[in-house]
Amino acid sequence: MLDVLVQPFHYAFMQRAFVAALAVGVLCATMGTYVILRRLSFIGDGIAHASFAGIVIAYLRDANFYIGAGIVAVLTAVGIGFVHRRGRISLDTTIGVLFTGMFALGVYLMSQQRSYAVDLQSFLFGDILAVQAQDLWLILGLSVIVGIAVVALFRGLLYTTFDPIVAQASGIASPAYEYTLLVMLALTIVVSLQAVGIVLVAALLVTPAAAAYQLTARFAPMMAMAALFGAASTVGGLYLSYYVRASSGATIVLLATILFFVALAAKRLRRLTAPAS
Amino acid sequence: MIDYAVVAGDLSVRYEDFTALSGATLTARYGEALGIVGPNGSGKSTLLKCIAGLLLPTSGELRVLGSRPRKLPPGTIAYVPQVEAVDWSFPATVWDVVAMGRFVGLRLWERFGERDRTAVRDALEVVNMRDLAGRHIAHLSGGQQQRAFVARAIAQEPKLLLLDEPTTGVDAATEEALRRIVRQLVARGLPVLMATHDLDRVDEWFDRLVVLDRRVLAMGTPGEVVESGAYSAIREHTHTHGHLRHDHAAHAAHAAHPEIRT
Repeated sequence: MLDVLVQPFHYAFMQRAFVAALAVGVLCATMGTYVILRRLSFIGDGIAHASFAGIVIAYLRDANFYIGAGIVAVLTAVGIGFVHRRGRISLDTTIGVLFTGMFALGVYLMSQQRSYAVDLQSFLFGDILAVQAQDLWLILGLSVIVGIAVVALFRGLLYTTFDPIVAQASGIASPAYEYTLLVMLALTIVVSLQAVGIVLVAALLVTPAAAAYQLTARFAPMMAMAALFGAASTVGGLYLSYYVRASSGATIVLLATILFFVALAAKRLRRLTAPAS
Repeated sequence: MIDYAVVAGDLSVRYEDFTALSGATLTARYGEALGIVGPNGSGKSTLLKCIAGLLLPTSGELRVLGSRPRKLPPGTIAYVPQVEAVDWSFPATVWDVVAMGRFVGLRLWERFGERDRTAVRDALEVVNMRDLAGRHIAHLSGGQQQRAFVARAIAQEPKLLLLDEPTTGVDAATEEALRRIVRQLVARGLPVLMATHDLDRVDEWFDRLVVLDRRVLAMGTPGEVVESGAYSAIREHTHTHGHLRHDHAAHAAHAAHPEIRT
């Protein structure tokens, strides 16, 4: 049994993949708590697709794709916040316009190349086994930055998530918190692209936090439980994909989905067995 | 010379093709409860949001505690909105919500300490909800939700309290509990401004009244305002049409009581 658990770690690329999976799982699920409670599920999808333009630009300029994706993701996130607030346009419309526009820019730039050696599928569906040491340090660095921001801004983010208008009236800068959260979200998405890809990253943001939401009635435990589910999904999914020889990104998301339905069933069961009050 | 907590002069708020507030001039004193009465859509919430710094007036002057609302130190104003303004399925207990009132006074790395916990406990005591501290907010009645919001405002220890229609949809017992809380806070010297379209017992709630229908129709003590005629016009139209014609109320008020500003 132990051998089964340890076997994947014989390979350096698997060791890197597990560390990256753990960081991505915890980070996405933690930020996912805000995504769920602020009803921003669509934004994860939006920023991930928009970052495709950055990936292509980075490829064309022979730069690190994390940097290209990061710059475009942050600009898109801030742009979404700005157009939504100043243009008085609904958030989902703003996201829809900006993300499709940026994704189209990526496809356009790609189509201008006579030949390209980039495997498009690896960006769309992720390839965590291809994480290099340099990528890993970047993932860990960005994870630490976002993690520190989550801790430092915990109370302000909590208040502005629950009641942004009253928080602002009391003197807490709700718009500043909103922009900061969008930037944190953009960085989280960029960190996760290699693991699960553009198409599936939204699932890592939403599903573990949604599962935790079924099981607890308080914010901090929800965040902690979401992080646990996120880590279980990414690390467990990577293990599974190793043994069943399937796409790691897809397996991770499928495991997260199963965890969500288990949590949903547990909630129903708890209601059925709870004594009538 | 009277020192005013709020001074609004010729205050107007216009949206693209809609005037929410037109040339409103009013004052609120320290240690008084000022009732802002008027039918739905009369600009009561708009006025409170301007005072809270949530809205910028299109024109006019507004001084709150001697300053512009957005220049005030954090934590100065506590605003209690209508209860439907938030998602009550949010993962939080009553304690968690009331504790949010303390957040504005804490620095980023500062711990939520014993002083904060005492303030939360005291605020829960004022609204008589200490035994509900651990209850999830989704399991509260409308009146309890309203009292939790008031407790959060009290826990903030503000210098000015703004209440937006706190008695809407609550039962008579909760309404009386809220009235007592307001009078208790006013007795401690806190200025309280409260919007309401509930016109019963205004003299037991408020020291002074402003009758609003996008502009100020009358202002004074409840007795003065009742005598002015603006109040009865509001009352009649609130009960029949839900809205008031300016000319009717202003004329009635001025004719009956010319020294009252209309």
